Amino acid sequence: MSLVEIENLHVSFRTDEGTANVINGVDLEVEPGEVVCILGESGSGKSVTLRALMQLLPKRRTTISGRIRVAEHDILSLDERKMADLRGPTVAMIFQEPMTAFDPVFTVGTQIVETIKRHEKISEREAEARALELFERVRIPSPKARLKNYPFEMSGGMRQRAMIALALSCRPSLLLADEPTTALDATVQIQILLLLRELQQELGMAIMFVTHDIGVAVEVGDRIAVMYAGRFVEMGSTREVFSRPAHPYTKGLMASTVHGDMKGQRMKAIDGSPPDLTRLLPGCAFEPRCGERIPVCRQVVPAIRTAGPGHTAACVHVGAPAKELA
Amino acid sequence: MLAYIIRRILYVIPISLGVTIIAFALVHIAPGDPLNAVVGADAPAEVVEKLKRDYGFDQPLPFQYARWLGRALTGDLGNSVVNNQPVAASLAIAVPNTLMLAITATLIGFVLGACLGGLAGYFQGTWIDKIATGFGVTGVSVPHYWLGIVLVIIFAVEFNVLPAMGMGPGGSAGWEWNWTHLRHLVLPAITLSVIPCGIITRTVRATVAEILSQEFVQALHAKGLLHGRVMLHIIKNAAPTVLAVMGLQLGYLLGGSILVETVFNWPGTGYLLNDAIFRRDIPTLQGTILVLAMFFVVLNLAVDILQTAVDPRMRRS
Ligand SMILES: Nc1ncnc2c1ncn2[C@@H]1O[C@H](COP(=O)(O)OP(=O)(O)O)[C@@H](O)[C@H]1O
Ligand SMILES: [Mg+2]
Repeated sequence: MSLVEIENLHVSFRTDEGTANVINGVDLEVEPGEVVCILGESGSGKSVTLRALMQLLPKRRTTISGRIRVAEHDILSLDERKMADLRGPTVAMIFQEPMTAFDPVFTVGTQIVETIKRHEKISEREAEARALELFERVRIPSPKARLKNYPFEMSGGMRQRAMIALALSCRPSLLLADEPTTALDATVQIQILLLLRELQQELGMAIMFVTHDIGVAVEVGDRIAVMYAGRFVEMGSTREVFSRPAHPYTKGLMASTVHGDMKGQRMKAIDGSPPDLTRLLPGCAFEPRCGERIPVCRQVVPAIRTAGPGHTAACVHVGAPAKELA
Repeated sequence: MLAYIIRRILYVIPISLGVTIIAFALVHIAPGDPLNAVVGADAPAEVVEKLKRDYGFDQPLPFQYARWLGRALTGDLGNSVVNNQPVAASLAIAVPNTLMLAITATLIGFVLGACLGGLAGYFQGTWIDKIATGFGVTGVSVPHYWLGIVLVIIFAVEFNVLPAMGMGPGGSAGWEWNWTHLRHLVLPAITLSVIPCGIITRTVRATVAEILSQEFVQALHAKGLLHGRVMLHIIKNAAPTVLAVMGLQLGYLLGGSILVETVFNWPGTGYLLNDAIFRRDIPTLQGTILVLAMFFVVLNLAVDILQTAVDPRMRRS
């Protein structure tokens, strides 16, 4: 049984400009202990996918359909209270900007302790001891004093370490990391990535790691899923996708970074811009920017086809149709 | 933080000096002869001259100011030109009465405003928000002396359940802590609370909505916290702003209750001011304005210090 099973997920938002179809049929499975990287340009729907997994999208403006299962729970049918019970011990999130993700007027220690006490029947003291242990684990220097710090008293890298400590405080089986290193300096970025990878192996949790940085994706991911306009256009083991990219979009991403120093480099934009999500056309969403387009690309969304072992891509030019989805 | 507080307290000195100048000058800028209050317009010239000398009105203004300030510093605000009583003594009676009324009104306004504004902000855009915001806007726009009169007509005249005049039975001015006296506080306090209630509603709504739009609120939900605990975070974030607005409202009410105190015959500073204006009682006017303005200055100081103490970002810098 997979830890995460997402089937045919659709998410749309009602906005002033009309309905934005942000996620348009996403399928994904994540095994326990696996690190899956979701790679895509800004606005492709990566954060929305993660938020849907935790039911964190604004209820009144959002329409969600499909199926999401996390650790055997049918997420979309859970009531608010049951969902809240899962947030922390089952699935936890690390945010992009730790400065804005901590409450500015509570100490970091308090914010970790309150999380532990929310989910476990333990005393204040035990919770404090756990928080200290977590701070040691994420290697924050003089952890005891740092627990008494307010977020604004820490550096960016230290705040992100504290955020990781917070996310791990209830030992989640799934960690959602939403561009956790984008806001940091390059050197700090690498330290945080190494720390995450190390903790992941130690604790055996699965990570869904969102990034728009191909170097980061290669660094952390067992598997890569490339997202474009709310669909996965390519998916496979990191080695496969990196050495034999099959989708023109992935190839474009690789070509723009492959010659430079991989680490920490941002993806260079491919010519053109992502589609308007309020007016999606019937065909392949990447067609207008694609150098390999043929007439059929405008007519139907390409099926997911097999590009190699455990490697699929949604492009008419790719090998054979994937059996299970043909 | 200590350095900030000391600096903030030192600021009070020039501000207070400015306040005394304004309190003194305002009354002298107004047209008319202050002695009209004491003697008729047809009084013999030598009597008028003598009175002028007695009250010091014949001296140049800066000189009058210096003398007035010097005495004010020792607590002597002069004598009323109407009844020759010390102004300080009248204020010692009136100020506590006004304080009691203003504090009660601020508390009512705060409790109601915080609840309404909190609901409106938390349920932004829903019908709850619309009703609560509607209350707030009405509160700010209703003229409160008019509301006072309406309340008097309903509760005192029509149903005769609450008294409309004075601080105690028979319109007496003595106060005791019992229901016969507290009843007299109800209508004026409610009337006076309407504006701060409206303003606090608006402030709390805007503050809560602003806080809710910040990412950390999502992060609080993302770690599984329930609504009650999230609310605690919101309250602690909103507290400095709301406290500041509440302090200022209390300040406005201290000076702004002239009409309400007059409508309800409440023997406070507003009533005293109103009376002094009509009788051109300059020493009383100056003394009352000075004391009210100083209250405002001190209140501002208290709010600033409190805000600093509540906000860790300011406390640690
Ligand atoms: N709450 C929301 N309401 C309306 N539109 C949203 C909301 N959240 C995200 N979007 C839109 O969905 C699209 C994808 O957003 P997101 O998932 O944040 O992209 P990214 O891949 O950069 O994380 C964007 O166009 C964004 O404007
Ligand atoms: Mg994002």
